[in-house]
Amino acid sequence: MRKNASIWKKILAQKELYIMIIPCMIITFIFCYLPLGGWIMAFQNYKPRANMGYFDQEFVGLKQFEFLFKEPEFWNSLRNTLGMSLLNLVFGFFFAIVFALLLNEIRNKGVKKITQTVSYLPHFLSWVIVCSLISNMLSTNDGPINNILLSIGLIDKPILFLGEPKYFWWVVVIANIWKEMGWNSIIYIAAISGIDPSLYEVAALDGANRFQKMWHVTLSGIRSTIVVMLIMNLGWILNAGFEVQYLLGNNGMLVDVSQTIDIFVLKYGMNIRNYSLATAAGVFKSVISIVLVFGANWIANKFGENSLV
Amino acid sequence: MVKDLAGHKKRRGLNIGVFDVVNTIIMIIIAIVMIYPFWNTIAVSFNDAQDSLRGGITLSPRVFSTYSYQQILTSRLMVTATVNSVLRTVLATVLGVFVSALIAYVLSRKELVGRKFITVYFLVTMYVSAGLIPTYFLMKDLKLLNNFWVYILPNLISVYNVIVIKSFMQALPESLSEAAIVDGAGHFRTFVQIIIPCSKPVLATIALWCAVGAWNAWFDTFLYNSSKDELTTLQYEMMKLLSSAMNQGKQQSLSDSSNTMANTVTPTSMRAAVTVVASVPILVVYPFLQKYFVKGVTLGAVKG
Repeated sequence: MRKNASIWKKILAQKELYIMIIPCMIITFIFCYLPLGGWIMAFQNYKPRANMGYFDQEFVGLKQFEFLFKEPEFWNSLRNTLGMSLLNLVFGFFFAIVFALLLNEIRNKGVKKITQTVSYLPHFLSWVIVCSLISNMLSTNDGPINNILLSIGLIDKPILFLGEPKYFWWVVVIANIWKEMGWNSIIYIAAISGIDPSLYEVAALDGANRFQKMWHVTLSGIRSTIVVMLIMNLGWILNAGFEVQYLLGNNGMLVDVSQTIDIFVLKYGMNIRNYSLATAAGVFKSVISIVLVFGANWIANKFGENSLV
Repeated sequence: MVKDLAGHKKRRGLNIGVFDVVNTIIMIIIAIVMIYPFWNTIAVSFNDAQDSLRGGITLSPRVFSTYSYQQILTSRLMVTATVNSVLRTVLATVLGVFVSALIAYVLSRKELVGRKFITVYFLVTMYVSAGLIPTYFLMKDLKLLNNFWVYILPNLISVYNVIVIKSFMQALPESLSEAAIVDGAGHFRTFVQIIIPCSKPVLATIALWCAVGAWNAWFDTFLYNSSKDELTTLQYEMMKLLSSAMNQGKQQSLSDSSNTMANTVTPTSMRAAVTVVASVPILVVYPFLQKYFVKGVTLGAVKG
């Protein structure tokens, strides 16, 4: 009894802190927790009608998920999501790490600084702008990439990079590398600067040349950072992003290879207005994502490194 | 000593070897690849639209013209879009930073009863999101469709930013706020008058992130406000130009060249000019504030 009383006393004494935090908690409740109630649509045959709440709708159990799993378009979207995610992950990591290693070897401060500054820049531009620049670069009509390929004689007529399905995933990967390589390298550059310089001296005494030092000292010094980043990113594998895919691939020719789960939800929800099926796809993605993210964090913790949870 | 010097010399001799030359060339190529698409777009935007159709514009305009920019300045839609983009960026930044800092302050107070619960309450929202359709219905129910505030309210609180600010505040000496509270200043006054000024470096980083995010957003306009021209934003107008260019595809070049009217704008030149307008604010502030942009990354990654 006395313990209870003292807690209330404490809370009362802190009432100003609560007055500060409670409005923020209410905003969070409204915009983050309340819409979770909408997941109920995934278990219904939801038809929007005036003055009808979620509970006046017809419940169908797991029927929507059954439809979803029988829908080839959904599996196609899942395949595209995983495919582009994995390619982005592998090539994104490779280029960011190699860039960080090479940048570290640059002695000229000016070159280093300028390259670093310029390489972060695309990260701050919107995907709309980046996609517009990419489509200019890949244009068949006087686009620089086609011009270069033509002039060195690799091709004899311009390639329609943005019109043929076989190129699309690679366009997405290259767009991601161009936009994020510099930014993603920051964390490795920071890790490299934390390596004990005496390790390089020891390696030099052992007769290691430059590449051996890069491999045995620099790269192994940032190995744990790489492993943790890789695991964490695996957690977000269902988020292939949808902006590039939507902005560059939203046409009949490419939709088979460009439609990700997010675009599937957008299409079935907003265009076809099959709200229940779209919500079911969204719930599927959310639930798998949560499991993956927490699994990834748990594994990253096992490695004894920092994690985001 | 002599041996040392010799060793040093030998090392330097090796250092300026083939690898250094190749590596420097690679870095210069990377810098060019990063900057050229943008440079080229600026050149096209200042080139006469009809002349651009001949192709071959690379680093500088061939026939200088500001006609595309005049078109933007006299287009009511583009002016509205620019005003809305500026307005949402300013509001989202000011409110976003203040609210995030407020939450961070409260969560950094160790004496807060229920601190753990409240922290988890906010953290959960980083990982669980309701998804597109339920969120859309919520905005509809809240009467936020075709409403300017849909740009501000849903994104007001970013838990990631809260964590970054909180870890900074926790590193501040406790005596700072203790002294103020003993002096009888309440928490809110302590927060505004002592903690905010002391947290300027981290708040600058967060403000930049908020501003870039708000300025670059287009999907919310597309999803919630696309049927009302008064609420359009620059990035959304840019997206419309891009998607019409994407859908016309090859036919575009045909229709461009058949259009022989003098002094017209072509979709290409218009798109180039809008690209420049939509990225100028970022390009202008970026070189000066780069260190603030970058600082937060390592901050956020270190501690969750």
